[in-house]
Amino acid sequence: MQVDLLNVEGLCFGYNSMEVLNDISFGVKAGDYLGIVGPNGSGKSTLVRALLGLVQPGRGSITLFGASQAYFAEWQKIGYLPQRLKFFNPNFPGTVEEVVRLGLLAGKKFPKTRTKGDDEAVERTLALMGISEIGRRLIGELSGGQQQRVLLARAMVSEPELLILDEPTTALDPETREHFYGLVRDLNREKNTTVLLVTHDTWSIGKYATRFLYLDKKVIFDGTFDEFCRSPEMTGFFGEHAQHQICHRH
Amino acid sequence: MPSICSLRGNHYYVGFTEFISYGFIQRALLAGTLIAVLCAVLGVFLVLRRLSLIGDGLAHVTFGSVAIALYLRINPVYVTVAAIPLVLLSSLGILKLTDKARIYGDAAIGTVSSLGIACGILLASAAGGFNVDLFSYLFGSILSISSTELVISVGLFGVVMLVVALFYNDLFAITFDEELAKSSGIKTERINAVLVLLTALTVVLAMKVVGIMLISALLILPAVSALQISRGFRTTIAVAAGFAVFSVVSGIFGSFVLNLPTGGAIVIINIFLFILAFALKSLKGVKGEG
Repeated sequence: MQVDLLNVEGLCFGYNSMEVLNDISFGVKAGDYLGIVGPNGSGKSTLVRALLGLVQPGRGSITLFGASQAYFAEWQKIGYLPQRLKFFNPNFPGTVEEVVRLGLLAGKKFPKTRTKGDDEAVERTLALMGISEIGRRLIGELSGGQQQRVLLARAMVSEPELLILDEPTTALDPETREHFYGLVRDLNREKNTTVLLVTHDTWSIGKYATRFLYLDKKVIFDGTFDEFCRSPEMTGFFGEHAQHQICHRH
Repeated sequence: MPSICSLRGNHYYVGFTEFISYGFIQRALLAGTLIAVLCAVLGVFLVLRRLSLIGDGLAHVTFGSVAIALYLRINPVYVTVAAIPLVLLSSLGILKLTDKARIYGDAAIGTVSSLGIACGILLASAAGGFNVDLFSYLFGSILSISSTELVISVGLFGVVMLVVALFYNDLFAITFDEELAKSSGIKTERINAVLVLLTALTVVLAMKVVGIMLISALLILPAVSALQISRGFRTTIAVAAGFAVFSVVSGIFGSFVLNLPTGGAIVIINIFLFILAFALKSLKGVKGEG
């Protein structure tokens, strides 16, 4: 039996007295491309932050690669791309190569020294992302699209088994967005990288994801996109017009 | 102890070779260079993390610690060492206040800093005022650095640089983005503690170079100057260290020749370096646009 890479059971979370996540349960298997969608304030980003240990859930459990999240240590197996960097200083003087190399720290033991293999991995990943030519440029000098590709390269450089993307294309123009999703699809299909994509963009989910999870503080739907579109329950929940719009944008 | 004052009458007749042959100048140059490098290295991390004023806050705590040491009549040579534990504790106090009391870092720095100053003033008042010693801590007296203080500086320089080297990658990661670093499994609270503890040690050491009132300048200015013109994180650190060492060495030499207070001279040179770096950057920008 295939073990879930990620398993969430009965997860609850609230800020002060406001409920954000209520009894969330789902699993992700190796090779899945899971799309998580939901309206603003539905708890999507909080769920991602809980998975990564950035917030502590009030109740429930998270298991990563068979280990409880609290004791999980193999962070090199997970690549994370946030919607935006919370503390990023645009004057940060680091080059693209230096930033991408950060993605290799998770797998290292103290004192985390740099090796020749690290440089090769960075070079390989920059080539994979098609950004080798900007390796020596400063991260702060790049456009939003280029920065996002650099951060994806940072997330990918350790060749993670699970890639968590939190609304990664919000700041991108449609052409760059399409290219970005193409890259992630190739990683999923060719390298069997498991992808968990949080987005507002149901069109992208329909086009690329193999599974679809609709979240609105609780799990409203968990299944394939086709199952969602054929589900009478979802027609009842969203109304025929809204469901049609979601399902026929791709 | 030789001082700039005792040389007031003949400083114009001293050549460079003779200048560096003085024991007190050699000690000042060596200790000043080491402390300048420490300030520059840590300054880059602090400025980019918007923690620039932690140096100022810890300097005020150092004032309180020095007042306690003087009140307890500790040998002036060991005042630096005596101030270390309290400043280290205060640096951790700033972190705890930020974390537990849920107040912003600047407010936490302000709180701890006020406490340091208040304790210093109360002790100075209780002792009926101190002699000129306290003044030398406030405004620096690098030319009066003793051999023992030099040994302490070399030892602490070794400790701080070793720890920075060992934690360099983690420090770089939290400086880029703390949350992203945390999501990679980096113990960000621990690395933050390492950074403020190293800053506390450096602030205590730098007290002798530029004085409590100007320590934050030595932490901030070389870093912001280097950020104007550097490409790459390591390069920024190296350029900041270069600026800091240049300012301290030329400040010592200049203050000796022109009979100026050394701490003030070092800071003014740093300001000039910043203006120069900023102008260079602006010039490059204009050329780039053209």
